[in-house]
Amino acid sequence: MFYTFALIMLGAATGVVFSRNPVHAVMFLVLTFFQSAVLWLMAEAEFLAIVLVLVYVGAVMVLFLFVVMMLDVNIEAAKRGLTRYAPFGIGIALLMVVELMQLIWSRGHGFAGTGGFAATPEGYSNTKALGAVLYTEHVYAFEIAAVILLLAIVAAITLTMRKRPGIKVQNIAEQVAVRAKDRIRVVKMDAEKRQ
Amino acid sequence: MLFVLSIAGIILNRRNLILLLMCVELMLLAVNFNFIAFSRHLGDETGQIFVFFILTVAAAEAAIGLAILVVLFRNRRSIAVQELNTLKG
Repeated sequence: MFYTFALIMLGAATGVVFSRNPVHAVMFLVLTFFQSAVLWLMAEAEFLAIVLVLVYVGAVMVLFLFVVMMLDVNIEAAKRGLTRYAPFGIGIALLMVVELMQLIWSRGHGFAGTGGFAATPEGYSNTKALGAVLYTEHVYAFEIAAVILLLAIVAAITLTMRKRPGIKVQNIAEQVAVRAKDRIRVVKMDAEKRQ
Repeated sequence: MLFVLSIAGIILNRRNLILLLMCVELMLLAVNFNFIAFSRHLGDETGQIFVFFILTVAAAEAAIGLAILVVLFRNRRSIAVQELNTLKG
C-alpha cells in the first residue's frame, strides 16, 4: 500500500521534472502533493495532510497554474539546452543518492527494523495534540508565521501592482471637495417671446 | 529520493525559472516528508509543528517568488535564466 502510493508519487515527481509542457508539470505536481497527502494520512499526520491538500493543492498550485498560463512560456526554446546539462545533473543526483545510501547504511543499523510505527493510543486526535503544542510551546513561532504571511501578502501586492498610463480613475478628493458653483453656471438672459 | 529528484530537476531545468520554483516546492515536500516520518517514529509532535511552519513559509515564498516572476516577465518578456545577465557588468 505504502509502496504503491510512493511509486506513484515518485513517478509524478519525475513527470514534473521532465515534462515538456509547464501546465503538465503543474498537474504532475498536484498529483505528487495528493499522493504525499495520502502517505501522510497513512502516517497518521491527519491535520498536516488536510492542510497540504487545502493550502498546496488548493491555493499554491492554482497560483502556479495562473502564472504559467499568464506568462505563456514557449517551452521548446527553454528545453533546447536540456541535453547540455543532463550529464552534470544526473551526475550530481547519483552522487547524492550514493551519499544518502552511505549515511543510511552506516547510521541506520540500530534504527531500522522497528517494524513500522508505534500504535497511537485509543482516542488520539492528531489535530488536538498539534494544537495543544502549537498554542503553548510554539506560540511565539506561530505569531512570527502570521507576520510572515502578512509580509507575503504585502510584498506580492506591491510587486505586481502597476500604474497604467492613460487609465481613467476617480479622484476622490476632488469629487468630495466640489462646490455647486463649479458644476452649475447660471446664465442671465431675457425670456423668449411667445411665437 | 524525492529530494534527489528535485535537485536533479533544478540542474536540468536551469533555463526556466518557473520549473525551478516547482522543483523548490518538491524539495520542501521531501523535507516535510522526513520531518513527519521521524516525528511519527520518535513519537514527538514537534516535528509536525515544524512541518506546519515550513508549509507556511513555503506558501509565502511561492507567492513572493511568483510575484517577482510576473514583474520580471513584464519587464523582460522572458523568464529564461540565461537572459538575466544585466548585473554582470
